[in-house]
Amino acid sequence: MRRVGHLPEPAAEVRLAYMDHAATSPPRPEAIEAMMPHLGRWFGNPSGSHSVARQAKAALDSARDRIAEVLGVSPLRVVFTSGGTEADNLAVLGAARKGTGPVVCPASEHHAVLEPVRASGGVTVAVDGNGVVDLAALEEAVRDGAALVSVMAVNNETGALSPLREVADLVRRRAPGALLHTDAVQAAPTFDLAELAAGFDMVSVASHKLGGPKGVGVLVTGSEHLPLVLHGGAQEGGRRPGTQDVAGAVGMATALEASARHRAAERSRVGRLRDVLSERIRASVPAAVETCADVPRAPGHLHMRFPGMEAEEILFLLDEKGVCASSGSACASGASRPSHVLSAMGIPEAEVRSAVRFSLGWTTTADDVEQTAEAVAAAVGQLLAAGSRACV
Amino acid sequence: MRVMVAMSGGVDSSVAAALAVERGWTVTGVTLKLWGGQSDSGCCSVSDVEDARRVSASLGIAHHVFDFSDEFDRHVVQPYVDAYAVGRTPNPCIECNRHLKFDRLLQRAVRLGFDAVVTGHHARVAAGPGGAPLVHRGRDAAKDQSYVLSMLRGEQLRRVLLPIGDLTKAEVRAIAARRGLATAAKPDSLDTCFISAAAGGREAFLASRIAVRPGRLVDHATGAVVGSVPSVQMVTVGQRRGLGAGSGRGRRYAVSVDIDRGEVRVGGRDDLLTDRLVVEDWQWTAEPAEGTRLWFQSSAHGAPAPGTVARTGERVQLHFDMPQRRPAPGQTVAAYSGDAVIGSGLVSGTRLF
Repeated sequence: MRRVGHLPEPAAEVRLAYMDHAATSPPRPEAIEAMMPHLGRWFGNPSGSHSVARQAKAALDSARDRIAEVLGVSPLRVVFTSGGTEADNLAVLGAARKGTGPVVCPASEHHAVLEPVRASGGVTVAVDGNGVVDLAALEEAVRDGAALVSVMAVNNETGALSPLREVADLVRRRAPGALLHTDAVQAAPTFDLAELAAGFDMVSVASHKLGGPKGVGVLVTGSEHLPLVLHGGAQEGGRRPGTQDVAGAVGMATALEASARHRAAERSRVGRLRDVLSERIRASVPAAVETCADVPRAPGHLHMRFPGMEAEEILFLLDEKGVCASSGSACASGASRPSHVLSAMGIPEAEVRSAVRFSLGWTTTADDVEQTAEAVAAAVGQLLAAGSRACV
Repeated sequence: MRVMVAMSGGVDSSVAAALAVERGWTVTGVTLKLWGGQSDSGCCSVSDVEDARRVSASLGIAHHVFDFSDEFDRHVVQPYVDAYAVGRTPNPCIECNRHLKFDRLLQRAVRLGFDAVVTGHHARVAAGPGGAPLVHRGRDAAKDQSYVLSMLRGEQLRRVLLPIGDLTKAEVRAIAARRGLATAAKPDSLDTCFISAAAGGREAFLASRIAVRPGRLVDHATGAVVGSVPSVQMVTVGQRRGLGAGSGRGRRYAVSVDIDRGEVRVGGRDDLLTDRLVVEDWQWTAEPAEGTRLWFQSSAHGAPAPGTVARTGERVQLHFDMPQRRPAPGQTVAAYSGDAVIGSGLVSGTRLF
């Protein structure tokens, strides 16, 4: 094993302001605590028949029941997966296999939907200037029917909400045979999915965006909706083979319950903090543009463009000051990459490269907002003083 | 001092970073994402980024990735293609150094509050006769990279540090091994980083970007057609490979290429010799007295040839003491005084002459 040195940054004296909840949310203590026994002495494989296995099975069933309760669905419809990406892939690839028409999604979907749609020869639909699905274009795309229409509840980069009710009405009217799927990974922390995704056949949720562990998620589905994608054992009602991650399921259930319990209060608290941050940044950087400011948005998302500047440089300087934010779009090498969401919205290339996403969540405090606002002002000031090409 | 180390994921830049840490500087590692397409090696693949990240972690320094792929395409790949299309032979590594590492990255480093950029080039920066910094040859003659840095100017060099220029390659590898760096035994990258041999090499790459045309081989002396080549744009002056076995008159070289007529003239070694060379975009970093004897190098590891520079108005000509093999148009020529690079420019013209 190579020796790995101490991690250099942030230096011990730098206070962290974690503003990247849309990437992953810090684990909730109650979720960690609930998982611990299942990582240790309650280690059973839930598919077995002896006492240790039965104990694991009971824990898994209980987690499934609790998740179903929050999501307002029957536990039979809850399929555990390895996370949001797998849930999205099961939905899209499963529907594509039915061969009852194309799989359809807007061009601003997360790659976890977009790529399986493309790989299945599906159809992507135009979006408007806010990255929200164009309903006329959707209607046209499903005119001759579709196997599945997948529309995300909240965009991961901008936070824009999709008109899921209108989408459901339209698809039921124009393509009654199509399955409706929504990637609700970003919506789950702050919205009641039973209400938001009413009328949808399938819903994807990821645990780690809720303050649960990574590597676990669920796809809400009906058995008739999901031809097998993975082949193996008969776990998850034959819909998703593989020994279940009991600890992960328990952690996810606990995190989902915790976020549901505080949902209404958190939505307004986080939304207020987001608005303060937006005002502070626009006050110090008048040229900054807030993306999707005038459309319904998730409360924790603040997506800003800094025309004439480069997000890579702003993020570098924020990182030095302990502020963890992102461009919202990364590639395999870890570099930022030009966002397909912003490109689909028609935002010019140079401005796409100036975009920074701040995403707030259950741990965010007024101090975090203060620290972030000051760090942004300092970073932009430094870059301007150093002769950035900015027109700010 | 705060320095940004450009880490390609190779052993040289890994050791450069290690030495920067050893000197007590505040060090941040950066890997440039330059090429999004297929590649065999070079400085662009995800595994190279991972290597740089691992080395950074073991040195205890922060590591970032910057996406310069658009600029790389604009300043390196497209000009490379354009050069071949008009019959010139480009130096993509020089263009990458000129536009990406020592312009775009250096400017970014300054904006971000760094004092200098460190790279793992085998070359040295030292004060020239007038006191201004000049690129000098690295200690390891076989690995010397001063040629690919020959276009750097004083204002850039004041912010560039090359810590392995005083080491041999063997010493670099020994340091990497002693420190347990993941890249200690990694092979040197030799080929153009954005061209994949597995995908058909330079030929297939150019064919995917320009309409390549077949050409006929014509004997330079007799004018007789002696063969053909699949793509005339691919032939470089001085090239020997791929021109057929010859006509029993010894080795045959491409001595000129006419892309419009689809014609490559082939001749013997002597047909390539010249004692003069017209150059363009000539820049001095330290202009010598007229007639000073200098050494001219026209490829990364080519043998330098002695001569002088003659300027007539705008036209700059190199006069060699002894006839030299003609370098291909578009190639960089670096002028050395001792170990110091004091000027550079490009071989003029297209391959048609």
